[in-house]
Amino acid sequence: MDRLNKRIAYLSAAPILILLLVFFVAPLLVIGIYSIMPQKSFSLLAMPDFSSYSVIFVEGYLKSLFWSLVLAFSSTVILFLLCWPLAYAMAKIFNRFTLIITIAVVVSLFVSENIRLFGWLLTLMKGGLIEGLLRHYTGNGFEGALYNVPIIIFGLVYVYFPFMLFPLMQGIAMIAEDTRQAAFDLGATRWQVLREIELPLAAPGIVVGTLLSFVLAAGALAESKLLGGQTVIVLADDIETAFTYGQNWPLGSALSMLLIMIIATIAVFGISRVDIDTIMGRKRS
Amino acid sequence: MKPSYSTKIVLFAYGILAIIFLYLPLLSVSFASISRARYLTFPIKAYSFKWYTKAFESDTVTDLVIISLKVASIVTIVSMVLGFFGALAFARYNWRFRHLFQKVILLPIFFPQAVLGLALLIWFNSLGVIPTWKTAIISHLVWISPITTLIIAIRAYSFDSSLEEAARDMGASTFTIFREVTLPLLMPGVISAGLFSFLLSWGNFPLSLFTTGADLTMPEWLYAKMISGYSPLVPTVGMLSISVSLFVIVFAFAVAHLVRMIKQARI
Repeated sequence: MDRLNKRIAYLSAAPILILLLVFFVAPLLVIGIYSIMPQKSFSLLAMPDFSSYSVIFVEGYLKSLFWSLVLAFSSTVILFLLCWPLAYAMAKIFNRFTLIITIAVVVSLFVSENIRLFGWLLTLMKGGLIEGLLRHYTGNGFEGALYNVPIIIFGLVYVYFPFMLFPLMQGIAMIAEDTRQAAFDLGATRWQVLREIELPLAAPGIVVGTLLSFVLAAGALAESKLLGGQTVIVLADDIETAFTYGQNWPLGSALSMLLIMIIATIAVFGISRVDIDTIMGRKRS
Repeated sequence: MKPSYSTKIVLFAYGILAIIFLYLPLLSVSFASISRARYLTFPIKAYSFKWYTKAFESDTVTDLVIISLKVASIVTIVSMVLGFFGALAFARYNWRFRHLFQKVILLPIFFPQAVLGLALLIWFNSLGVIPTWKTAIISHLVWISPITTLIIAIRAYSFDSSLEEAARDMGASTFTIFREVTLPLLMPGVISAGLFSFLLSWGNFPLSLFTTGADLTMPEWLYAKMISGYSPLVPTVGMLSISVSLFVIVFAFAVAHLVRMIKQARI
């Protein structure tokens, strides 16, 4: 019986694993190989010379990497602060309203992210929804709010809001009410309860939420292009340029490897600390 | 310690604000789509539906819709099957590499889509495959089937395995058990996973951008027009894309509601 179940398990895992092996692992391996090929090579069999990696350090690519990380880090911090109270209320205080917010957030996810960012463009530009109406009713306009660094962070916060909110909510739901109550009864202050009880107990959700937002924001492209104009070039932008206009696959690959390494380090570190069964709500047996 | 009444009010207001925050840009797009002017400024002076008429008459827009629909439908069907089996391995059975499997499944979700799209483009090139909408299906699947796996897994966690064992004791074959016990029990998860995959594929843009070759999906065309060569059709086509998603969601909720009512009527 058990052996039969095990065989079924292996067979069930096979299709998706094969898909990921051929179209996720293999492409990344190819990127890895391209990254050590000579500049502008389109062959995988040339003599490796690692020149792309030196190009990264000589030319201004570290700056884009720096911007990608700064933008991702700031948006993740802001997201955490913004989402915590709402996630808390959704997990512990609201009843029916939690369902409404959940549906509203999930439905918004189904609208293509570039349409939503374009909507912010229309909302925030000079003559857009906010400035245009303000000028119309008060006579005073302003120079639009676009094409700077804060607006890119704003865009990232907007797009990755659900990816922080839901894991946080899941994490906060794991805080047992009795534990909090006990801490209060023992004379803990609100701040102590937050620091000593709630944050540690909600840690799995916090880890998943911050990881997801950081990783996705670090590789994001559309926010800086649509809302930021050309104020800041992010790493994903450089990668795209190298592969498309630049026709320099080794350079694009090396830049991708750089991003992948950073993300992989963070993701593996985070995921290994979390028990997926618990977060997904498996019953303890 | 129950939160006070005023805290509740503040949090409630915060929740409403969050919903407004999420939908404000879509409001702007919807206004822009019915503005008569070629270049939009608020407040809108004259409204008209002429851009909708133009969009419906345009061959480009028809092609965009057909390609997006083809990609999303095939992705939905395939990812439901992959997700169903994936979820069994993810949650239902205890096998040696289960925890490793769970982490492997999460990786594509934790991966920047634009980079994944580019990596697949290079991979297809190395294989000598010319990217078309068919390759876009594959790129969507890499990202979406892990998501369907997770969604169905949530259902599979609460699965009562004694039902399968009972069926087996009564002499049912493995295939019969799958068809008669496992699949019906996981069906709600499979359906909602299908809904998710259709909508995510329909709206996806970073993966399509690099893997559709000469074919264009709706989000891709929109992005191209936003970046360069703005067309007054952008808000309209955007609204059309949103309307299809909304229609699918409302339709799914209606069907779910109907099924629930029929079930209750039977009892």
